Amino acid sequence: MAETHLQATAPDRGFLTPREDYSGLFSWIFSTDHKRIGLLYFWSIVTFFLTGVTLGLLIRLELFLPGKTIVEAQTYNAMFTLHGVIMIFLFIIPGIPAAFGNLVLPIQIGAKDVAFPRLNLLSWWLYAIGAAMALGSLFSGGGAPDTGWTFYVPFSVQTTTNVSLAAFAVFILGFSSILTGLNFITTIHRMRAPGMSWGRLPLFIWSLYATAWVQVLATPILGITLALVLVERLLGTGLFDPTRGGDPIMFQHLFWIYSHPAVYIMVLPGMGVISDIIPVFARKPAFGYKAIAVSSIAIAAAGSLVWGHHMFTSGMSDMAVLVFSLLTFVVAIPSAVKVFNWVATLYKGSISLDPPLLFALSFILLFAIGGLTGLVLGAPATDVHVHDTHFVVGHFHYTMFGGTGMAFFAAMHYWLPKIYGRMYNKRIATIAWGLIFVGFNVLYLSMKVVGMQGMPRRYYDYIPEFTRLNQLATVGSWILGIGVFLMFFNLIRGTFRGQPVGDNPWGGATLEWTTSSPPPTENFEVDPVVTHGPYDFKAAGIL
Amino acid sequence: MSEVHKDYAGAKFGMWLFLFTELLLFGGLFILYGVYLHRYPEEFVKAGGELNVVFGAVNTLVLLTSSLAVAMSITALQKGNRRLTLVLLAVTIASALIFLVNKYFEWSAKIHHGLYPDSPHLKELAPGESVFFGLYYVTTGLHGLHVVIGGALLAWVFVQVRSGRVHAEDFVALENSGLYWHLVDLIWIFIFPLYYLIL
Repeated sequence: MAETHLQATAPDRGFLTPREDYSGLFSWIFSTDHKRIGLLYFWSIVTFFLTGVTLGLLIRLELFLPGKTIVEAQTYNAMFTLHGVIMIFLFIIPGIPAAFGNLVLPIQIGAKDVAFPRLNLLSWWLYAIGAAMALGSLFSGGGAPDTGWTFYVPFSVQTTTNVSLAAFAVFILGFSSILTGLNFITTIHRMRAPGMSWGRLPLFIWSLYATAWVQVLATPILGITLALVLVERLLGTGLFDPTRGGDPIMFQHLFWIYSHPAVYIMVLPGMGVISDIIPVFARKPAFGYKAIAVSSIAIAAAGSLVWGHHMFTSGMSDMAVLVFSLLTFVVAIPSAVKVFNWVATLYKGSISLDPPLLFALSFILLFAIGGLTGLVLGAPATDVHVHDTHFVVGHFHYTMFGGTGMAFFAAMHYWLPKIYGRMYNKRIATIAWGLIFVGFNVLYLSMKVVGMQGMPRRYYDYIPEFTRLNQLATVGSWILGIGVFLMFFNLIRGTFRGQPVGDNPWGGATLEWTTSSPPPTENFEVDPVVTHGPYDFKAAGIL
Repeated sequence: MSEVHKDYAGAKFGMWLFLFTELLLFGGLFILYGVYLHRYPEEFVKAGGELNVVFGAVNTLVLLTSSLAVAMSITALQKGNRRLTLVLLAVTIASALIFLVNKYFEWSAKIHHGLYPDSPHLKELAPGESVFFGLYYVTTGLHGLHVVIGGALLAWVFVQVRSGRVHAEDFVALENSGLYWHLVDLIWIFIFPLYYLIL
């Protein structure tokens, strides 16, 4: 297997070869090839991510000193709203499933494409339209929305800013998410190669499968909730207005019935990426394959029942608080099952500390910190103390950015050499990882501490006592920002000018490593027949 | 590649998943209905009394008939009878139009009486009645939108059948559109009793 490790010759361009039917840009935006759609998603998602990062850096800069630092309060409100909307709806939710799911799901199960290629293209189009509308809401109507990404009533109904357009944009993005999920479920059910039994599905596929179900079952509720906000704004139906018999708490229920499961839409695919990466870099079969697979489904199921923990302070019956708190704690069990299995996989492994594994390891640590601080919020007594403080902001950045974000970075470093056939500079990647890791902890740990001390979230101004920790956080954001930009610089340079790599640079045993890099248009020269599990390195001839 | 080999079971599987999402979309509204009915039982009964059962019943009959017609059109196409398929599809599409016309008259009458969202008359009524009409307009409005979409979908399939692109060996487009139409019918079957009959 030595010759597959590194090849000196320039790679065959595979599916990246210019097409005959359309030329240039059109051969991409009208392509039904899942890999091209995956790359469309990937590069648009990266663009929005960098936009979101820039907004985040500006927010931190504004908080460097109490009072006005760089912008007025209204601009600050618009910035954190757009930071949230972009990061949640344009980056984290579609990030791994739409970009990497599209890129590798069909290859990993030995299919030529997804079940509905044209629907897949429609999903991307809806994503692009929704994204354009979300950004358009910045510059049109009554000004950029200032509600925060949660669109809470009654403020979202009363504000004169462009909430209607932003809510409609999210509605469209939800549609895109549903169609992707539907496509993946059908693909996994119908298009597995001969021999690819459910017990041989790569764990990334299992996580995408669980995610897809959440996407299909939860997103419609968000759709109707935002549609109701729209109708409320346009017609004044009063369904959330107490003076007309409505109840704003019902908005929160409906919103979180989607948006809490959405947390698992965000993080489950990330866990799948980690489950795929760790065995490869530990050179050992995944420990507890079945437990990891089943825990994905368990997280999806249990995670759909915990929305009420966002509303402990909104006024709920004590019984409801108790039940939601218990259920919240229950979700920790399958999550912990995964973490222990990853650690057990690493145990006595022959570990190669390449960039994908570095990001995977930071995923485990940061997500664990995020998860454990989640328990502080899941327990009603402590939640009342830290509710809507910077502690919450720190917590969800640890889970979402430290979890999903790190998994997204790990996936980029793991699969991009496959997709482009070229390797980035591993040294620079490692340095970038170090900057990201250090900057991340300085930034969000400071947030947690200042939140514990009582600094509320979303506030434009703060008392002088909080100055030092805010400054520390802002400095952390600079280190993090430099790391992120260095990482993307290195990756982009690598995809165009990097060393050609062979079919299997990391020595993986899943199907995508058996085809050429980049893969041909229909993924495999010869239709694959699967004879061994996804982490059976011996049977794959790698060990 | 999908053009060469069509996966019928896969296509229907995907459609069923999509129909689930549609049910959940309306599910949000039914949850609101349940909560507000629980909170304002008397106001709901009073406001529900304003709705005209005749309009609702006629629309129920129209939709049930259309569901039968679309189901029969699928069988007709399977048996290769294109003419009958087209006739039955035309009946379905006509039913959709009748439904919408009927809904137009029903809404017009309500609006004429000053019962529409944000109306001065509604603001004078008890909060529970206001929220009832809010829900009524949103739910039937969303359902009406689905009737429009379903009708357009069936019209598209009509053209496909007439031109021969959808035929006895390749009818999944008709079958899936039929499923969608059944869903539109099914949701109405829930709306009708909740808004017109039990109150």
